[in-house]
Amino acid sequence: MLSYLIHRILIMIPTLFAISIITFVIIQLPPGDYLSTYIAELQSQGENVDIAKIEALRAQYGLDKSMVEQYCFWVLGLLQGDLGFSFEYQLPVSEVVGDRLLLTLVLNFTTIIFIWLVSFPIGIYSATNQYSWGDYGLTFVGFIGLATPNFLLALILLYFANVWFGTSIGGLMDPIYIDQPWSTAKFLSILEHLWVPVVVIGTSGTASMIRRLRANMLDELQKQYVVTAKAKGLHPLKALIKYPLRTSLNPFIADIGNMLPQIISGSAIVSMVLSLPTTGPMLISALQSQDMYLAGSFLIFLALLTVVGMFLSDLALAWLDPRIRLGGGASK
Amino acid sequence: MSNTHFVNKNHFDPNAEEPLTQEQERYYLATQWQLMWWKLKRHRLAMVSGAVLAFMYFSVVIAELLAPYALASRNTDFIYAPPQKIHFFHEGELIGPFVYGLNFKLNMKTLRREYTENTTNIQPVRFFCSGDKYTFWNLLDANFHFFCPSKSGTLFLLGTDRLGRDVLSRIIYGTRISLTIGLIGIIFSFIIGITIGGLAGYYGGWIDNLTQRMIEIIRSFPELPLWMALSASLPVTWSPILVYFGITLILGMLDWTGLARAVRSKLLSLREEDFAQAAQLMGAKPRRVIARHLLPSFTSHLIASATLSIPSMILGETALSFLGLGLRPPITSWGVLLTEAQNINAVELYPWIMTPVIPVVVVVLAFNFFGDGLRDAADPYH
Repeated sequence: MLSYLIHRILIMIPTLFAISIITFVIIQLPPGDYLSTYIAELQSQGENVDIAKIEALRAQYGLDKSMVEQYCFWVLGLLQGDLGFSFEYQLPVSEVVGDRLLLTLVLNFTTIIFIWLVSFPIGIYSATNQYSWGDYGLTFVGFIGLATPNFLLALILLYFANVWFGTSIGGLMDPIYIDQPWSTAKFLSILEHLWVPVVVIGTSGTASMIRRLRANMLDELQKQYVVTAKAKGLHPLKALIKYPLRTSLNPFIADIGNMLPQIISGSAIVSMVLSLPTTGPMLISALQSQDMYLAGSFLIFLALLTVVGMFLSDLALAWLDPRIRLGGGASK
Repeated sequence: MSNTHFVNKNHFDPNAEEPLTQEQERYYLATQWQLMWWKLKRHRLAMVSGAVLAFMYFSVVIAELLAPYALASRNTDFIYAPPQKIHFFHEGELIGPFVYGLNFKLNMKTLRREYTENTTNIQPVRFFCSGDKYTFWNLLDANFHFFCPSKSGTLFLLGTDRLGRDVLSRIIYGTRISLTIGLIGIIFSFIIGITIGGLAGYYGGWIDNLTQRMIEIIRSFPELPLWMALSASLPVTWSPILVYFGITLILGMLDWTGLARAVRSKLLSLREEDFAQAAQLMGAKPRRVIARHLLPSFTSHLIASATLSIPSMILGETALSFLGLGLRPPITSWGVLLTEAQNINAVELYPWIMTPVIPVVVVVLAFNFFGDGLRDAADPYH
């Protein structure tokens, strides 16, 4: 297990390195930099631009250096926990970001839990009652969930919440708690608001998870050991839980790793529709105004979330399935 | 003594062939694609989905004829008009399809536009008629429509938007962009995927290792933020058509990984087969071995999986345009139409501007079912 762990961590390092390069290239891609956008804005308002001041700013932010130097500067800062400086807000990125990273984490984590909790019983039910009305109905609902884009689902929910309850379900907490320090009341308020985005983001993941679990269970249930167990008079419930269920658990864990990028993508766009105080809405505005360090921090954070999540799901899988930690995976 | 079992009196000839029925002969002589087609035909859901898709893509060609209004025609008297219902009977009398005219009143208290049906004003729908002028495929001036509003009347089957443009017509025009973006994107990703996957699978070794790592890295990025970042970097000065190709390129650039993986794993096992080795020994170049001998043995499978990844591109475009990072007006796609529905007030007051959701869901479902059917049909062991 230990060697697998070390091997897995060693793989992660070059991945993270490559991700940081890609992120940096992407945030540098738009022509010009924040200052040139800023100058254009000032000029369009008919204000004088103090060239000396701009040059000083450029030097201060290191925008006059070469790409490689800027990249090294940025990555070294990241390693020390310094996310850089947000041009638009004139504040260090870490202050602008505030609770957003934490809330994003909470949102995605809760979504995964939701997917597990919902798809587990439904998947088992669908498999054990194959071709029943319940199975067909659930499969149909699952397909609809798969086909409806997250943000549309969010819109539709917004609409119906308005029609039926006359309330707005946007936001992640009651307005009075925004920018307040953490407290029990604030925490409870978040829990109260969290379910809408969680359901919206989790729907497509749940649907595919149910399909996967159902297929796996069906494969297992047809195997001879299950038939033998049943023939010998084992209680049906025990014949189900003891082995078939355990083997179908593996893809359950492995899939979360594959699904993470999807969940995180989904949460980014849903939080924009529902205007949640997570990374999504701010990322968009940062991308549009070329606030490169802010956008870069968000991109890096989201990628990091995915990579670490995949790492954890791989570990859980290795813990569950000895074939992985004793060969297979490590020798690849 | 009675003999109860049958003995064939004819001379036994061990070399005689068992005659095939016509049915069997047809089956044995059929090409791979014919077999696939027969199998697909039995998959009813896939066939229905295929028909839906065929209709949708056909409507791409004739959008101008199908839409009752032209893309940009504005009816300034009917801003945010609700959908008009089609009636057949007026006071118990059959008239054929018609709509009632709309009466407009501005509610001074709520400042809402209120439309009511004027049941004395009957406006029959005209068929095969001349209506709004358009330029068919930017080539041919015409004004023929399959159906249009009665003269001096209106026909807003799905209501109008904030500029008084007919939502249904705009959805039909949007089909053009939304459906082709998936196709062009998949062509990009197909080319990249087959080339890279082919190289990795055929050569193995360090090339394989490198591409595997590359794919892992790309896949570990959450798709949407990456799309957002890339499309935000498209220059604002680009013309709409360039932006369109830029977006398809971005969608395709990130989608090829799954395909490359499939190609690689198939090639890895196939290149050990005798026929591949024979081709190599006869001096065929790698390009020929891959393209001529190896690829055809799983093209059908590839096409099926490509079909399954088109919907994610359509959804991707819709999401990007919805956020204002993708296509921009005057290009009209379903995502662009949905940007109007971003505002919760609009959604509450004018829910019909959310109707572009319906074709999105229908197309995505149809592609999924059709792709499933294709995949089953392409699988010889199924």
